[in-house]
Amino acid sequence: MAEIVGAYFTSHVPAIGGAIHRGDQQEPYWKPFFDGFPRVHEWLAEVKPDVAVVFNNDHGLNFFLDKLPTFAVGAADRYDNADEGWGLPLYKSFAGHAALSWHIIEQLVHDEFDVTTCQKMTVDHALSIPFELAWPGVEEWPVRIVPIAINTVQHPLPSAKRCLALGRSVHRALAGWQGDERIVVIGTGGLSHQLDGARAGFMNPDYDRFCLDNLSRDPDALTAHSIHDIVRLSGTQGVEILNWIAARGALGPGAHEIHRNYHIPISNTAAATLLLEPA
Amino acid sequence: MASVNDNGRDAEPIPGTTLFDGDAAQRGFALNAMCYSFNDAANRAAFRADEDAYLARFALTPEQRLAVQQRDVLGMIAAGGNIYYLAKLAGIFGLNVQDVGALQTGMSVAEFKQMLLDQGKGLNHG
Repeated sequence: MAEIVGAYFTSHVPAIGGAIHRGDQQEPYWKPFFDGFPRVHEWLAEVKPDVAVVFNNDHGLNFFLDKLPTFAVGAADRYDNADEGWGLPLYKSFAGHAALSWHIIEQLVHDEFDVTTCQKMTVDHALSIPFELAWPGVEEWPVRIVPIAINTVQHPLPSAKRCLALGRSVHRALAGWQGDERIVVIGTGGLSHQLDGARAGFMNPDYDRFCLDNLSRDPDALTAHSIHDIVRLSGTQGVEILNWIAARGALGPGAHEIHRNYHIPISNTAAATLLLEPA
Repeated sequence: MASVNDNGRDAEPIPGTTLFDGDAAQRGFALNAMCYSFNDAANRAAFRADEDAYLARFALTPEQRLAVQQRDVLGMIAAGGNIYYLAKLAGIFGLNVQDVGALQTGMSVAEFKQMLLDQGKGLNHG
């Protein structure tokens, strides 16, 4: 039987990729954030996942506003990064696990999530940066992936409650998968930040702490807020917490926290890293 | 007309914040489509070579065209621009998100960066 080894969450701020590229991890600006990762590396070496189910959001690479799915599940054997238009390095490709993707899609649709399936899907920094942070310097990623994209771009967005339920449906799929894979669940993005408008630069450590404190023990607490509430509390791009909420659902009913790091600012963002194990 | 949020309640506006909703997505389609085209290096080069001709190809509204010509980020957002797409345009101008933040808040870039740093002061990490 497959085993869900735990969940890894981190921010995907594009500037992190630049810092990695320049080797700035020990510079004073970056060190407090990168100091959150030795424990992640140690943990991944202990639990040895070979598959990652990754909840993330597209930033105008794979999807445009002509067709924008609320929930999209990758069902490919390979996912490439591509030019995102604003000077990021091109990141390496990912091997997919299409059979597991289709198993998850079957469960999701059975559970009345009418997802979009993508046999071709480019993936952007929202996937690549958390992987660069988790497995620095590797030639090939040690895991195959199932990427699940949540619309955090164009309102109306799916509610926090809906995203948690989506994650729980993915958990049912993983719990019923007959393979012997070791699966890590990943949620990327956030935490509080706002790039646009006269409130640009807004962050909210109180709300972030509320999220971090409750993700392990009471994720339903995060669903009390509407999307509008989350934008108010967390910023227009803080809604990426939806990826974390869905990933928490996919981890399973109980969880305990084994590691946390939180730092303001990385670029315009309150950056966080969290590891949870099933309880 | 009051907007209806995701829970069907009338939502209080959030100061300094525009939700990129269906109205904005419709209004901003041409501008965002142009920005999306900048994923292709050849299109970025074409924009740099002849900005007016490039704007004409995407049938921008007069409001969108003016906002782009004036590098007016708040104007682009008012005209339906979405920041994820606008970031691709900002990249052509060599602007990062702190530069864009400064442009929108009326601060200098140094002031905007300091404002970000100040929010981290006194926090216990971990």
